Amino acid sequence: MVDFGGWDMPVQYPAGTIEEHLRTRTHAGLFDVSHMGEIDVAGPDAITFVNRVTSNDVTKLIDGQAQYSALTTPAGTVIDDLLVYRIAHDHLLLVVNAGTTTKDWEWISTQHRGESVKLLNVSEDYCQLAIQGPDALSILQQLTPVPLAAMKYYHFGFGNVDGVSAIISRTGYTGEDGFEVYAAPDKAEQLWNKLLAAGNFGSDTGVLPCGLAARNTLRLEAGMALYGNDIDETTTLYEANLGWICKLDKGEFIGREKLAQQKEAGLKRKLVGFEVTDRGIARDHQDVVIGDQRVGQVTSGSPAPYLKKNIGLAYVPTEFSGVGQEIKIDVRGRLVAAQIVKAPFYKRPK
Amino acid sequence: MANVPEDLHYSKDHEWVRVEGDQGVIGITDYAQNSLGDVVYVELPKIGDEFAANESFGSVESVKAVSEVFTPIAGKVVKINESLADAPEKVNSDPYGAGWMVYLKMANPGEVDSMLTAAEYEDFTKAETE
Repeated sequence: MVDFGGWDMPVQYPAGTIEEHLRTRTHAGLFDVSHMGEIDVAGPDAITFVNRVTSNDVTKLIDGQAQYSALTTPAGTVIDDLLVYRIAHDHLLLVVNAGTTTKDWEWISTQHRGESVKLLNVSEDYCQLAIQGPDALSILQQLTPVPLAAMKYYHFGFGNVDGVSAIISRTGYTGEDGFEVYAAPDKAEQLWNKLLAAGNFGSDTGVLPCGLAARNTLRLEAGMALYGNDIDETTTLYEANLGWICKLDKGEFIGREKLAQQKEAGLKRKLVGFEVTDRGIARDHQDVVIGDQRVGQVTSGSPAPYLKKNIGLAYVPTEFSGVGQEIKIDVRGRLVAAQIVKAPFYKRPK
Repeated sequence: MANVPEDLHYSKDHEWVRVEGDQGVIGITDYAQNSLGDVVYVELPKIGDEFAANESFGSVESVKAVSEVFTPIAGKVVKINESLADAPEKVNSDPYGAGWMVYLKMANPGEVDSMLTAAEYEDFTKAETE
């Protein structure tokens, strides 16, 4: 167990990270992600307010739809990445990272500019279980009357799971199809055990409980940013390749001006994916070297269990950010060859 | 319960040494491989490299982490387990056998006597787990 944003969390379960990762890609993995924070935003100006503190366009959401977005600083850097759920035209739920929940809450609750909204930190009202992988739908469907196949990606609904009232959301952080279930925390154990049973935990093709390490390798293969590693208050959305959640045309929002300037002026550096071509594993915080220059840093580096490669994400100067660019990674004093490749590294077969 | 063979010498860094004539074979213990998880990469020294006791001679990497491996005894590398390059998982499946790492020609053959016995090492890991 390790401390993760104040939560005791397992790095891995007995099957081990590699098996957990592979099983999620081929069948299903179950993740206890109750550490994630939830902020409830209610009131006539809920959409207007959240639209001003986040970068994506909240007005595009319909009831029952979710959106990946970011809380931005006036400098266009990232306070946190989050999901915005539209429950109703006057009711949103923000799902934020565990380590940043307090920071986000303090930030959001001081950004009122006369909008009529009521903010509540409801992080302790929810547990969250993520069932991910090609078998996720058939496993969860055994426990709920909600017609899951009809639910589109990044949509959600309210319904019972094993008799427990829950939010069921077709979202995840693995690059697979899957669902995230939010329910009262005292139901977590019941839902966890029922999902394992429904998923034939114990059989070679059954669901496996997955720890933090597999969560990290799965998201990295899928090219998804991890807050605190790949994005933070020193990186802008454009640098992090998150221009697609940066809707400059939606009207005023915090950081918009700086982001517009950066888009206009061009980027000095960019987050890129790379693959190690030598023997060796690149790790977080190692330097990227080109010629005799240290030009950047690895923000996430790891073996990729499904791709059976050693991959990573790194910030490099834009002039060196093209696919095919040869780079070196300083792996504890040894320069290991790598090449910039297209991210995401893994895309699930549709 | 971790496997701790009787005939080996152990370090508090979770390496084992088996004496073969004037050479010592070194690897990591069952307890160590179990706490590391799936080993995906092993970095070993070159033949001829010399190490003082307790010096790092390589590293073992799991998906999540890098751990240095220390030699409990001084000596010169005479053989390395090259098969670990393509099959690092042997460190997990057979830590005291196919997962061995290096043979050192011992500089001070008496050095192993100051290492932990199997029983002492077992007590040590029990205390660490508690």
